[in-house]
Amino acid sequence: MLSIKNKFSAERDISGCGLCGIINAKKIKTNGRDIKKSISVEHDRGNGLGGGFAVYGNYPDYAELYAFHIMYDNLSAKADVEDYIRNNFIIEKEEPIPTFRTSKIYDHPYLHRYFIKPKSDRPDKLFHELGDDDFVVNSVMLINQNYDGAYVFSSGKNMGAFKGVGYPEDIADFYKLEEIEGYMWTAHNRFPTNTPGWWGGAHPFTLLDWSIVHNGEISSYGINKRYLEMYKYNLALKTDTEVITYILDLLIRKHKLPVSLALTVLASPFYQKIDKMDGEKRELFTALRQIYGSALLNGPFAIVFGHSNGMVAMNDRIKLRPLVAAAMGDFTYVASEEAAIRAVCPSPDIVWSPKAGEPVIVEFEEKNIHQKGGLLGL
Amino acid sequence: MTKSSFSNIQSEYLALIDHNKCVRCKRCIQNCGWGTYSFGGDKILADHSKCVACGRCYTYCPEGAISIVKNPTVLRENANWKEGLIKNIWRQSETGGIVISGMGTTFKYKKYFDHILLDACQVTNPSIDPLREPMELRTYLGKKPSRLDVGLDENGESVLKSKMPPQIELQTPFIFGAMSYGSISLNAQKAMALAARALGIVMNTGEGGLHDDLVPFGKNIIVQVASGRFGVHRDYLNSGVAVEIKIGQGAKPGIGGHLPGEKIGADISRTRMIPVGTDAISPAPHHDIYSIEDLRQLIYAVKEATDYEKPVSVKVAAVHNIAAIVSGIVRAGADIVYIDGYTGGTGAAPNIIKDHVGIPIELALAQVDERLRDEGIRNEASIIAAGSIRSSADAVKAIALGADAVAIGTAALVVMGCHVCGKCNTGNCSWGITTQRPELVRRLDPEVYGERLYNLISAWSHEIQEVLGAMGVNSIESLRGSRERLRGVELTDAELKALGIKHAGL
Repeated sequence: MLSIKNKFSAERDISGCGLCGIINAKKIKTNGRDIKKSISVEHDRGNGLGGGFAVYGNYPDYAELYAFHIMYDNLSAKADVEDYIRNNFIIEKEEPIPTFRTSKIYDHPYLHRYFIKPKSDRPDKLFHELGDDDFVVNSVMLINQNYDGAYVFSSGKNMGAFKGVGYPEDIADFYKLEEIEGYMWTAHNRFPTNTPGWWGGAHPFTLLDWSIVHNGEISSYGINKRYLEMYKYNLALKTDTEVITYILDLLIRKHKLPVSLALTVLASPFYQKIDKMDGEKRELFTALRQIYGSALLNGPFAIVFGHSNGMVAMNDRIKLRPLVAAAMGDFTYVASEEAAIRAVCPSPDIVWSPKAGEPVIVEFEEKNIHQKGGLLGL
Repeated sequence: MTKSSFSNIQSEYLALIDHNKCVRCKRCIQNCGWGTYSFGGDKILADHSKCVACGRCYTYCPEGAISIVKNPTVLRENANWKEGLIKNIWRQSETGGIVISGMGTTFKYKKYFDHILLDACQVTNPSIDPLREPMELRTYLGKKPSRLDVGLDENGESVLKSKMPPQIELQTPFIFGAMSYGSISLNAQKAMALAARALGIVMNTGEGGLHDDLVPFGKNIIVQVASGRFGVHRDYLNSGVAVEIKIGQGAKPGIGGHLPGEKIGADISRTRMIPVGTDAISPAPHHDIYSIEDLRQLIYAVKEATDYEKPVSVKVAAVHNIAAIVSGIVRAGADIVYIDGYTGGTGAAPNIIKDHVGIPIELALAQVDERLRDEGIRNEASIIAAGSIRSSADAVKAIALGADAVAIGTAALVVMGCHVCGKCNTGNCSWGITTQRPELVRRLDPEVYGERLYNLISAWSHEIQEVLGAMGVNSIESLRGSRERLRGVELTDAELKALGIKHAGL
């Protein structure tokens, strides 16, 4: 089914799934072979209607540029979007995303990538002064909403999403992930339940440097969506994953909450626990729930969330979906099933099952320092 | 002109006594607040014209000897000239007055709650078992900042940098709606105060001031400031958990409260701070609020008087332009907006207003919630929905449409024995609820009915927990405003659009 936007249902898209993540805290790079092997163990958690990967550290030569991965249904959509990009961005490089015909993935949209930076004198500046990140977010939403037949599926720096309709191991071959290197990988195998697979709906879902792979169905979707709309997020995809990404974007990037607190919003402790906390902590957590009650993700989920400083894996507040973690040296592994970890790391130092709502947070030892003020030579 | 000696209006009900069963204990005579019964020497006599079908007599007849039936004598049926219309013409031609009654409208308007269905989980997401898992109903009413202001302490732990605005903590999203001392009896207020304290919720004084006996219940009381300013002084404003400015009421938008002088005894006189026997007629508007900016001044005057320690609520009736009105109220600084739908109850209101003015709470609520979200200010105030919340199902639907909590008034009175006879304005309530006659008030035991109110709200809370569990969420905030979990049946496109919900099947 070759479609990059959700045209199947006025309703939202829900699915069950399998997921994996591998991170090296010292930023030692590995190629895509391990993550492919790991997710392929979870073959039965999907149904061939969506697979995908996110990789961090794969574009070191363009690390300061936003790497846009865009799917097009047709070439006229491509021309329209490229007009928009040219008007608003400096394009350092653009090319088709390398793909390789396999027997399993025989039908796919145009897949193109752009390494770009917002112009300092873009027309938009007449109206308001947006930071580069905000402008990129707005542009992604604008393209996804207003440009028929075009869909931005990756927009971060030195990272990229590679996804499509198919089993993840076949998607890995389609993009030849064994030739790509990165220090953090996440993967997803999809089992959509109420819509056929569509290219844009495969995970991971990304925005700027953030990527999410997700197994679950958010029972609170209705209010999470309306809450985000109040902050002018446009929920074009109607997926749970999109909701999670935008909530994290709001909390961490816009509201400047520490990652650990933002995660507490997603799977907040129960009042019976908060009431037993002491003084300031109780006040903090009570306020967190009072303010962000509408952002609580209620219902079953396990997510692996990648960002430029590391990775987070977590469950909902009563652990209604599986999630296992393991560590071996500088590597941390997370997956829906322990077997998926053991397939690539047979005897890890430690294996554990994270508790409900308690995140596994792995940060790189050397953090990324965002350069402010633009690129040399541009 | 001489007064005609007979009335066209026939008794609505007949109080029939089975004299074979009757043991002449005369309990009915004692129990009826309306004077229907008398003793005729050897048997009980009934004056049918006085009966209002309040149900007190047969409830307390030890022999089951009384039945109240609708008067079978018919007015000739006419779908256009309905019985009520004809009788009102007779009444008004006899008295020259406005027809007044208590309780909400008796007209048969469409009840939108009855056309809304709830969602539940099947397979793709699991339902949650409220008997075995925590299921949170706790609700905070008050202004919420749009974002958490957080910093780090010396140990690198996150701490709140600025204090949260004041909040009312409710253990379950119900409150007792405003019913003043005067419109109802002190015992009825005490029953609600006892229940509110036991439940961890709040009651509302209405515009009648705060009786000394209720002062110890301050943590469970919202005090009201209405256009008559009865009983308002600095200590009063500071005696509850919040202050409510009453602009309007669902049963009578645009007009003020009426309490006839006959009801103003010494106790009410003291509480309201008005002379004994004077009519307590609240002005239609607040005479210091002729505009939204005036409202802002009163809100901040109240905040000043309470040292910014209490949330300020503004109560309005649901009228046509309610979304814009509430938006203005929120921007004027209200921390809570209480919206009362047109089917809400009252102690006394002209039928012309009660039956014809205002709009349904379901539509008002949906529009207000949407408008505040569009404007990005939904967090600035909590919304209380009211106007005949008749069951936990109504409450669930109201919350899913966007309310933070619901208020119940009539339902609470029904707990105390009210049969919704609609004669609250007369002050003869046989159940001791809407009366100040000491012999009637005395029969309402606050502890007995406090416990029954507790039972009702507990039962409704358990029912909400069941619904939340079936929907697969374990916290009330995941239901609030989640219209995705609602579907309409038998509604037009325009109605669905106004409610912001989809038709069932879609």
